Amino acid sequence: MPTKVEKDSISGQDTTGHEWDGIKELDTPCPKWWLYTWYACIAYAIGMFVVYPSIPYGKGYFHGVTGYSQRKMVDADVGKLVAQRKGSMDKIAALSFEQIKADPNLLEVAMTSGRITFAENCQPCHGPGGGGNPGYPALAAGAWIWGGTLDDIQQTVTHGIRSADPDARQSAMPRFGADGTLKPAEIQAVADYVWATFYGHATTGKDVSAGAKIFAENCAACHGDAGLGNRDMGAPKLSSQVHLYGDAHDTIVNQVTLPRQGVMPNWGARLDPATIKAVTLYVHALGGGE
Amino acid sequence: MSRISKDDRRLQLQKEAEGNHLYANRIRVYPKTVHGVVRRTKWVILIVCLTLYYLAPWLRWNRGPGRPSQAILLDISHERFYFFNLELWPQDIWLLAGLLIMGAVFLFLVTSLFGRLWCGYTCPQTVWTDLFMWIEQWVEGDRNERMQRDAAPLNADTIWKKVLKHSIWLIIAWWTGGAWIMYYVDAPTVTLQFWTGQASNQVYFFTWLFTLTTYLLGGWAREQVCTYMCPWPRFQAAMLDDQSFTVTYQGWRGEPRMRGKRTETGPSGGDCIDCGACVTACPTGIDIRDGIQLECINCGLCIDACNHVMERTKQDKWLITWDTLARQAAKKSGVHEAIKIIRPRTIVYLTVLLVAMSGLTFALVTRSTLGLSVLRDRAPVFVPLGDGSLRNGYTIKIANKTSSVAAFDLSVDGLPGALLTVAEGDPKPVPVLQLPSASDEVDTFRVLVTARPKALADGSQPVDFVLRDSVTGKQTIYHSTFMGPQNYGANR
Repeated sequence: MPTKVEKDSISGQDTTGHEWDGIKELDTPCPKWWLYTWYACIAYAIGMFVVYPSIPYGKGYFHGVTGYSQRKMVDADVGKLVAQRKGSMDKIAALSFEQIKADPNLLEVAMTSGRITFAENCQPCHGPGGGGNPGYPALAAGAWIWGGTLDDIQQTVTHGIRSADPDARQSAMPRFGADGTLKPAEIQAVADYVWATFYGHATTGKDVSAGAKIFAENCAACHGDAGLGNRDMGAPKLSSQVHLYGDAHDTIVNQVTLPRQGVMPNWGARLDPATIKAVTLYVHALGGGE
Repeated sequence: MSRISKDDRRLQLQKEAEGNHLYANRIRVYPKTVHGVVRRTKWVILIVCLTLYYLAPWLRWNRGPGRPSQAILLDISHERFYFFNLELWPQDIWLLAGLLIMGAVFLFLVTSLFGRLWCGYTCPQTVWTDLFMWIEQWVEGDRNERMQRDAAPLNADTIWKKVLKHSIWLIIAWWTGGAWIMYYVDAPTVTLQFWTGQASNQVYFFTWLFTLTTYLLGGWAREQVCTYMCPWPRFQAAMLDDQSFTVTYQGWRGEPRMRGKRTETGPSGGDCIDCGACVTACPTGIDIRDGIQLECINCGLCIDACNHVMERTKQDKWLITWDTLARQAAKKSGVHEAIKIIRPRTIVYLTVLLVAMSGLTFALVTRSTLGLSVLRDRAPVFVPLGDGSLRNGYTIKIANKTSSVAAFDLSVDGLPGALLTVAEGDPKPVPVLQLPSASDEVDTFRVLVTARPKALADGSQPVDFVLRDSVTGKQTIYHSTFMGPQNYGANR
């Protein structure tokens, strides 16, 4: 409480009556226009309270006399955007890849749509920019198992691999170890052969001829004598520096013993054909496209 | 309340304090019209400044077909700034920083030499207030008449004059707001659109906004802006010292001030006859005889007012004059002191000013019209390929700041055997890429660089992107890096 309001002798002004260790404070008035501006701000704030959503009542809230809602605005904007893009997306759905690539404006729409679709749906497994992860092919590297042309990619994205889609790409690496077709020692031998011959690692003084024989009998039918793979069967190329499950010797042993059978979803069930075409163009341009 | 000396102010505060008001009443200032050399100088500067401001957008400048023909244009929607022959891009915004630094240091230099010349003569607040006050006295009459009118009850004449005054103010304010818009859009076009109702909502909104601010600041707020809103008076004291020229009342000559008629043999008072002419002339309502004050904008109108009185009382003119504190102190003790313009602070300000000026000129003259920027992909950092080579992705932006279409050759230095492709283009890798570039635009390409380096020091090595204009041969280099696994070389 102000206790001792005094008159300041220099300015002729009252003090506030507060005192801190002998320091007193002048009660200098603010300019009038400042005060009125402040009142105007208060009036404005009350206006905002009435006009815009303000008071929560537990489950609901006071909507304000204008019924302003950012959610409604977003919905309206999204609707507008879809309508605005409809022309381009319809064109992308109707035209061939060559025709789309010939039209720079349409290609830009497709690449943008593809980039966003990829980030939302593909990136969690295939990595940003299609860099790949163990078990998820590096799309940017172009180590395609099923082919890397635009049509191949469109087919894979639409129907998936080992998915529920009847047209899905199907392949099954036999379970050589788990089914007892090959003994562990034989698996080690064939792994040594693949490791040395196709993966390009030096095997100092190791005889891999036993492994070569096993490979010719069991693997070459699909993977080819030279380890080049077979895209029709979905048999990966072995003579490469990029491998689906990694470069280690153990990964070869594991994959021969009890192969992992990765699944790519059939995106045709979730994305419309135009969006799939867009994402196909984007994936093709990541660097691996053929 | 007519004259506002420190005493009056104190008295008013006292009165208000007794009533325990929350606020201080504004003391209305009724400046009296003066005539003289300062006033004439102020008119000349006002006319020059306002003519420049109102007419500059109408200057035409031929830049060829399809390009703006306005000499000074800040084209925000197309992100270009045109100033006669000069065309600046948003990337050149740092030039503006240089210009602002130059302006600020120039202001410091002038202030340290001659006080607040900016405030008194060229500040838009002063210029428009001056113009508005001139209209006020033209419509309503000079100080005394205006004070009597405001004190008297309303009558038809008062209402008519007030309406006329505010109407003229609003027309000037509207013209001011409209001229401001013309710096951002083509002047003749926007004028036509404005009157046919076809201008954009932004044009109307900003025109009325600046009309309103001009009217309020020039007509109503006036000295309140300088005293309460503007930060400059608060820190300009840091530039002043006792060698700075400011509007000064020569107290040693004027004091003791004595009212009444001068006689040759009369009592030996000072030259100041305490007529109050300097106070009534002041647009901020202060008494210059109290010394340098925060409120003083250094306009010097009190000099004209006092000179007039000195002439009439047959005394020496320039009782109020431009002078320095040091010279005044010397004069008081009868010594003449030389003007000291070269002082440590003016040398520092001048040096900084010259450095900023030459730097800015150099930057402007050597400004490149070809811009290259290279952004390395963040993810994936690199892509190992099936044959053991490595690929890095880059986003290349080519800014062609000329008005002609150009073709460029892009290659990579420092990475033997590097092959380039444009991601969406021809997939066949080539050592030198040919890229087209539209005029006056930034073109973006995603370029993939494939290479098989012998070894990568710490998983990365510096590379240079070289962009060569295939016609002129002019080239630009951008330093970047090429990355791969850390043990890349050792592994094979």
